[in-house]
Amino acid sequence: MADTPRRSVLRDHPSVLWFMALLGVFTLAVSILAEGFGLGVISTSLVKVLGMTLCLCLLAVAMDVVWGYCGILSLGHFAFFGLGGYAIGMWLMYARTEILVRESLAAGTIPPTEAEVAEATAAQIFGVVGSSELPAIWSFAHSLPAQLALVVLVPGLLALVFGWLAFRSRVTGVYLSILTQAMTLALALHLFQNDSGLRGNNGLSGLQNIPGALDVPQSVIAMWFFWASALALGLGYLAFAWVVSGKFGSVIRAIRDNEARVRFLGYNVEGYKLFVFTLTAVIAGIAGALYYPQAGIINPAQVAPIASIYLAVWVAIGGRGRLYGAVIGAAVVSLLSSWFTGGGAPNIDLGFYRIVWTDWWQVILGLGFVLVTLFFPRGIGGLFDWLVRKQ
Amino acid sequence: MMPRPIRAACRWAWLLPLWLMLWLMLWAPSLSAQEAPLQQVLQGVQAEVANPSRRTVPAVLSALMDADLEATPAFLRAWSEREVVQRPEDGLFFIARDGEGRAVTLIDIDTGAEVATVTSRDVTQIRPNAGVRSEIAAALVRFELSSPDPARRIAATEAIARSPDPGQIPLLRAAIGEEPDPAIRARKERLLAILTARFGTGPERIAAIEALAGDVGTEARGVLNQILQTRSEHAPALPEGANIARVLTVGVDIDPLRAHARLAADGLVDPRPGRTAIRDALRANVEDGAVGGIPVHQLTTEDARRAAWRALEAEGRVPPLPTEAEMRAAVDAVVFFDRYQEDDPAVTDAARAALDSTRTRVGLFQALNLSLEALSLASIFFLGAIGLAITFGVMRVINMAHGEFIMMGAYTGYVVQTLIPGHTLSLAVALPLAFAVTFAAGVAMERLVIRHLYTRPLETLLATFGISIALQQLAKNIFGPQARPLTAPDWLAGAIRINDIASISTIRVAIFVMAVLFLLLLLYILNRTRLGLEVRAVTQNPGMAASMGINPDRINMLTFGLGSGIAGTAGVAIGLFAQVTSEMGANYIVQSFMTVVVGGVGSVFGTLAGAGLIGFLQKGIEWFNPANTLAAQTWMVLFIILFIQFRPRGIIALKGRAAGD
Repeated sequence: MADTPRRSVLRDHPSVLWFMALLGVFTLAVSILAEGFGLGVISTSLVKVLGMTLCLCLLAVAMDVVWGYCGILSLGHFAFFGLGGYAIGMWLMYARTEILVRESLAAGTIPPTEAEVAEATAAQIFGVVGSSELPAIWSFAHSLPAQLALVVLVPGLLALVFGWLAFRSRVTGVYLSILTQAMTLALALHLFQNDSGLRGNNGLSGLQNIPGALDVPQSVIAMWFFWASALALGLGYLAFAWVVSGKFGSVIRAIRDNEARVRFLGYNVEGYKLFVFTLTAVIAGIAGALYYPQAGIINPAQVAPIASIYLAVWVAIGGRGRLYGAVIGAAVVSLLSSWFTGGGAPNIDLGFYRIVWTDWWQVILGLGFVLVTLFFPRGIGGLFDWLVRKQ
Repeated sequence: MMPRPIRAACRWAWLLPLWLMLWLMLWAPSLSAQEAPLQQVLQGVQAEVANPSRRTVPAVLSALMDADLEATPAFLRAWSEREVVQRPEDGLFFIARDGEGRAVTLIDIDTGAEVATVTSRDVTQIRPNAGVRSEIAAALVRFELSSPDPARRIAATEAIARSPDPGQIPLLRAAIGEEPDPAIRARKERLLAILTARFGTGPERIAAIEALAGDVGTEARGVLNQILQTRSEHAPALPEGANIARVLTVGVDIDPLRAHARLAADGLVDPRPGRTAIRDALRANVEDGAVGGIPVHQLTTEDARRAAWRALEAEGRVPPLPTEAEMRAAVDAVVFFDRYQEDDPAVTDAARAALDSTRTRVGLFQALNLSLEALSLASIFFLGAIGLAITFGVMRVINMAHGEFIMMGAYTGYVVQTLIPGHTLSLAVALPLAFAVTFAAGVAMERLVIRHLYTRPLETLLATFGISIALQQLAKNIFGPQARPLTAPDWLAGAIRINDIASISTIRVAIFVMAVLFLLLLLYILNRTRLGLEVRAVTQNPGMAASMGINPDRINMLTFGLGSGIAGTAGVAIGLFAQVTSEMGANYIVQSFMTVVVGGVGSVFGTLAGAGLIGFLQKGIEWFNPANTLAAQTWMVLFIILFIQFRPRGIIALKGRAAGD
């Protein structure tokens, strides 16, 4: 691999260029049509949904690399996504509350001391769980750079330690899936506790208000995050395309297909798996940090094991082992889900029965999973292969 | 001319009504001597009943006591509640029940029959004062304690236990002598010991406290703990003769600042102003945008505020800020100690000794109770996981819809219960029916979906997850989002109590029994029947099994049906104590998978071991932090993750060819 990796990626994967072009056109189109800077055809809430979808696509791409390319069916990547959201959410919530507290305390005859501000902020944030102490894990919440570092470090370190333990003892296949699911469950149960220091069941809220930009209208903030999400997806896609191409990509695909044989060839299988697992966890954390400021709220239910299974299903529907498949799966299923469950689809009156889509969407979705698994194991992405072959 | 005697009679004829009245008055009591004994007794002390006073009431009560009549307690209660009235015409007593308006229904005190309805003006209400009422209440307790009906004696004893007071000690003591029933007698004696330990005096009290040693009941330990209650005090020197629990060392047992605050609260020293107090004082002394010469905008640190306080102090506008050394000196000048509220050291020593003697037994019973709870939790985990032990453990199919089979079984139980009255009968119908329904569902799922995915085990996870969410939503569409009750029969409602510490509800015992039955049944099917033999053969080597004439398709179908059916039956059991909702299966799925993996895939005993380990572990962790079940679950899952690091194949790992891979 003496030539520059960039060229080799594009040569191996012509789809990367296509994807970049499409993403660019899509971003431009939304920018022009949106309320923030453009014509106002697309509402701010829709921009947020689209931005959030881009983040989910990035998460799905990461999931595709770890599962579709490396063969590790992780049921914990949505937890890493949530951890990224919590890490940035802590700063958003703390900094904004501190600003509000300073405003209200400034009304007094004597300006507040730093200790008074910190105390009042903590009481404001943790009043809902009956506490007024700032837990130790909030030590860096006042600092944006520190929390940005935590967005990367917390999911990364957790994945590193967990992956090291799991791969070292050769937990593979189904067992690894169940183990990662157990990790997700433990994390969700921990976050559900009121004394976890992250407001238990209430989660973190008000994340759509960005400290330092409180006067900026939401329509503009939505655009900032939309662009950031599109950029992150573009860069992430490029990075992953580079990772899965070339020699490294060949090794991890070989691990997927026959782990023992790769080990006998002298490769450090555990090292490769650990690298992929940790890298995808970090990207998942970053995607989460971009997603939750757009969603506005994060709570432990988001981290529950079922979310990670959904993630796997998106990738399966989109088509494993091809990055654009993951993007298609995540975008199609999550957008359709929010359209149907959000009451966007018109209900159909059959006379004897009224089909309410919010009640039936999940049934259709579930049966859809079954049909895709049974009849289209390559997912929607498989259609492209078929088209290419026909040509 | 009339004959003389007749004329005389006529002359007195106007007196006839009087005669009649006199005759009636004399005759009526003679009638009640047979039919109204209580009324007669009361008429004997009519004045004392009508105008009771503390001095006269004992005579009435002793008369009633001597008569020992059945109607007495009801009368005493009514008398004390001011519900007894007297009819002025004949002086008879009645219990009055208020009717509409001013109407009053008179009730015969002996028979309880309604006699007449009058207005409240026609009768005189008898109003005993508080002193009299307490006398009556004591007499009532005495009556009830020695009532011929054992149920009423027990009720009276428990009434004393609920609201103990020293006056009941002699009553109880007197009642013990007459008590024929040994069980009630034991209860009364124990209660007497508890009352004496609490309210008694002198050696009698100490003896009672010593008698409570070894009693693990909550009442007894409650009394002992109450005797050992302390209050925090301080004095220049330890007071002579005080019953002191312990002396507190400042800096070790008590924080110096808190010690100082306690002195300040008693007015011994000036309070040390806290941050808020300093701020408020400074706020009150702002002059021209400055406090004590320091501009307000600079007061953003503690040091600046303290300096401003000192400036105000120099002007004499605020009390001086005590220095560290002054505070320390003030604190060192006194002794802080905890003092028993009970002054007699002999009493507290006896109480402590009695409490210490129960400690081991209390610990043992707590451990027993914890074990029972853990056993019941393990049974629940086992019930949830046993179907998976077959479908996942034996067939290696990741059935994410396993939880939905549990839910389906529970809803079957609910539907049967709405159709068949009688909870016992409906349960007897529901258990086999749930098996049939989920067996059919399992077979259908195997035929339609899973059969096509045997070569792609990870993808069964996706397909069955799809089925799982579809089934959940279907159940929600059919039965609604609210929880449906699945009521246990009455004979499963109570609890088995060993003592105040250890007890277990009957339903949990039933679930344990059910788990054992399932285990035996499954072991029998797998190890002793033709089907079991074929199942084992197919799972170990389908090709070889097929060449021996076994139809693997049929066996896979039956095995999957069996696993699903068992899940459905377990669902009925789980539904009896958990709520039946469309999401109930999802709560069990992750834990069930962990149970199977921890125990060791492919072995029913492994699942048993896994369920036992997880159940005992979770209860064990909960014991350290009883308030927080979530934390216990978190730690348990973390433990399982670590455990799998060291035994990746679970507790009972299959060896050799059976292990496959």
